[in-house]
Amino acid sequence: MLIAATIAILVVMILAIIRGVTGPTLYDRILAVNMFGTKTVLLISLLGFVMGRPEFLDIAIVYALINFISVIAVLRFSDSSEFRHHPAEKEPAEKDS
Amino acid sequence: MQHTIGLSLALAAFWLLNSGYYTPLMLSLGAISIALVLFIAHRMDVVDHESQPLHLTLKLPGYHIWLGKEIILANISVVKHIWLGNETISPSLTTIKASQKTDIGKVIYANSITLTPGTIAVDLVDDQIMIHALLRGNIEALEAGEMDLRVSRLED
Amino acid sequence: MGILIEISSALCLLAGSFLCISGGVGILRFPDFYTRMHAVGVTDTLATGLILLGLILQNPDGLVILKLIMILLMTLFISPATSHALANAAMHNGLMPVLDKKK
Repeated sequence: MLIAATIAILVVMILAIIRGVTGPTLYDRILAVNMFGTKTVLLISLLGFVMGRPEFLDIAIVYALINFISVIAVLRFSDSSEFRHHPAEKEPAEKDS
Repeated sequence: MQHTIGLSLALAAFWLLNSGYYTPLMLSLGAISIALVLFIAHRMDVVDHESQPLHLTLKLPGYHIWLGKEIILANISVVKHIWLGNETISPSLTTIKASQKTDIGKVIYANSITLTPGTIAVDLVDDQIMIHALLRGNIEALEAGEMDLRVSRLED
Repeated sequence: MGILIEISSALCLLAGSFLCISGGVGILRFPDFYTRMHAVGVTDTLATGLILLGLILQNPDGLVILKLIMILLMTLFISPATSHALANAAMHNGLMPVLDKKK
């Protein structure tokens, strides 16, 4: 069951990468990266149990903190003009809703 | 003073849990780290009732249990709508009023809204919280005000 | 007794994996950024909680359980802060949500 859960987390990480690559706006990409990071924490903890080495949990804790700080650090720059969203470039998602 | 003691106890527990080595060298290194963190926290002037809400300690567990129940119900609803498809969701954006008096009460309320899947607190200005919800029913549930009332009851 | 804990651990892991995959499908399926955020909220709260609860029920020794609880608490404290910062930055930079038109 541990291995099944690990595979499920890997599938979710692949889905997050797909959203990160296609995602129309910049914020979709940041969201996907954030989700990828939180799932990595779960993956590391699960792998620690699969391999019988609970020391991996320390790495998972550090990864959770680094992931949080990196997302906040990127958003720190959200005042710059690079982050401004221009509604002129219509995303395809906006039409079919 | 009580906040300084609370912070140092929390830091000591964190060090002892993560280290796992109880030799004199490691313990003294831990003591030095705790002293350094306390010094930096005092310089930043963040050791007060807002970073360490000790006065809420007795009331928080009951609220957390209720919040946990809400989170489970909200998760089930959001997962249902993920599999039902885009036609069944009704995204909406509204502003609701927070009736808490203190800043920490408002922050607890906004964080609880964000932690519950299906609603996100987008902006918090004075006592107006802007909320994006996945379903219109979620907003109606918030406007009914049970969570607001429970958070208000926490702070007095 | 041991077999009961084993079964409940497997159930928790299974439910957590299902919720995680639902969140992953949601992030691909929902129409705009703000609704995708709700899907990520599912994987950050209950899915993480169930998977870590399943690991706790695998019955490791004391310190490991405390570390798992620490990871769970960190995730629960960090996730709303990140979501709020992200939504706030998106709103301030003029990304408007797709709203439901039929009243």
